[in-house]
Amino acid sequence: MADYQEIIASYRGTPGGIIEAYHAVQREYNYIPAEAVKEAAGVFGLSEAQAYGVATFYSYLSVEPRGRYIIRMCESAPCHIAGAEEVIQAFEHALGIKVGETTADGKFTLELTECVGQCQGTPVITINSQPYAGVSAEQVPAILAQCK
Amino acid sequence: MAEEMRVVLRNYGKIDPLNIDDYINAGGYKALEKARSMSQADVIAEVRKSNLRGRGGAGFNAGMKWNFAYGVQADQKYVICNADEGEPGTYKDRIIMENDPHAVFEGMAICGYAIGANKGYIYCRGEYPYVVDLLNQAIAQAKAKGVLGEFDIEVRMGAGAYVCGEETALIESIEGHRGEPRYKPPFPPVSGLWGKPTIVNNVETFANVAQIIEKGGDWYAGLGAASYPGTKVLTLTGDVVNRTVIEVPTNTTIREVIFGFGGGIRDGKKFKAVQIGGTSGGFIPESLLDTPIDFDSMTAIGAVLGSGAVFVMDETRDIVDVVERIAGFFEHESCGKCAPCREGTMRMYELMKKVKSGKGTVKDIELMKKLGGVMSVACLCGLGQAAPSPVLTTITHFRADYDAKLQ
Ligand SMILES: Cc1cc2nc3c(=O)[nH]c(=O)nc-3n(C[C@H](O)[C@H](O)[C@H](O)COP(=O)(O)O)c2cc1C
Ligand code: FES
Repeated sequence: MADYQEIIASYRGTPGGIIEAYHAVQREYNYIPAEAVKEAAGVFGLSEAQAYGVATFYSYLSVEPRGRYIIRMCESAPCHIAGAEEVIQAFEHALGIKVGETTADGKFTLELTECVGQCQGTPVITINSQPYAGVSAEQVPAILAQCK
Repeated sequence: MAEEMRVVLRNYGKIDPLNIDDYINAGGYKALEKARSMSQADVIAEVRKSNLRGRGGAGFNAGMKWNFAYGVQADQKYVICNADEGEPGTYKDRIIMENDPHAVFEGMAICGYAIGANKGYIYCRGEYPYVVDLLNQAIAQAKAKGVLGEFDIEVRMGAGAYVCGEETALIESIEGHRGEPRYKPPFPPVSGLWGKPTIVNNVETFANVAQIIEKGGDWYAGLGAASYPGTKVLTLTGDVVNRTVIEVPTNTTIREVIFGFGGGIRDGKKFKAVQIGGTSGGFIPESLLDTPIDFDSMTAIGAVLGSGAVFVMDETRDIVDVVERIAGFFEHESCGKCAPCREGTMRMYELMKKVKSGKGTVKDIELMKKLGGVMSVACLCGLGQAAPSPVLTTITHFRADYDAKLQ
């Protein structure tokens, strides 16, 4: 696993690159650890509060630890009327967690999201940003079984 | 039935997006060459003559916008392609970029030449990491071929904030800040990214440009509706048979879109409503379906063309349920910078929840109308200004759905 300091340092010369750096950190860690926010503040010449303010503004970025598999359910109107609610309930049931939580073994995190731009196949989930279209509650166990 | 007309999606399914030779063999990058043999003013004049208007929602004349940036003296200018595509129900910019990335680059480079900018950014939403990879590969090919000349393109990723589609919030985000909209004026063509003159155009807008330079502004101005010529890429979602992406001339009617291209309503049910332009668009009843989709015709019926999302609902759908969900979207996506939006979206959501739960009264409906009216004029940016539209238009056109739930 690449060190967050190295990752952030590689964006030093990129004007406004803090968000790109956060993305890169998150790709490695699945979230942005507090030390990484501090580091980014130093590298990009911001106060820690400012760096934290950037990290927490964006819903795609997380400053809380998350599971290895981040499952996001789209709840925008087209997915909503296509039955997003049932699918999310099926995930909650199968994983024994609520939306926003991570399983005790650190494997899965369940989140809601707004439209992910795959609306040709509503309802849509993403697992680590990979979209799955036309998901039904019945498919949930099989989808989870794929996550090794 | 009317036919699709493919200008933006001219190469859709015909070329390998990751093989630049395919694009070049299909005539790609000739328009850029042609533009560079013209004067900057002539390029802008051609785009103005085409009457190409922004495809990102605001419908501003692209050539006119470019002219503002061209007219400002500066040591550096920028071109930004808005690929934030956050409007729920919209995925047309993804389709364009995935299938024909060079058409977008070529449009950006022509703009760069016209205004005097040698640096372009594509701000692509964070939910599309696979598109970012594709764009970066395509840019590398363009650089290797030298087709972009001095014009450099860099991709930046958004991170899940709807408001960052608003051009000044987008600029803040590229600068590495929280994506909060700026006060305007100054507008970006005068003072944008890092305070420099900046053109922000939508993906689809840029994808039209090479064709305009190649075939001429007059040709383009003659397509579709006169006041908003050309085509529009639409994404059909909801209870429509064909949930798909289409490109049609802008004088196509909503009815043709839903019942012609869309194949009508699923499962033999009846039409109830359509929301066009994304989640901030107005809801449209059956009686207005013969309206053409062009920008001005839509505005005239109290709706918008917006992003071109077409969200269809059948007779069984509960409008209050859908609008409550939409109100929740705005409450979540309000950036909090200005009070009318921060408070307004929250109160609107509360009121919609109350009505949905069966506890609402006629007074609540009146309150929502008043609140919506205030927000549409008092909010700082388009997010808060447009947020009440689904509520207000459904109270107007689908009042029975509300009344059925009132105490
Ligand atoms: C809340 C909000 C979200 C927006 N989202 C987008 C978007 O996702 N894509 C886009 O091109 N324009 C979006 N816009 C419009 C932009 O501010 C801007 O008008 C547009 O990028 C200009 O390009 P155009 O003239 O080519 O349409 C949004 C505006 C607002 C107020
Ligand atoms: S509405 Fe769910 S993916 Fe677009």
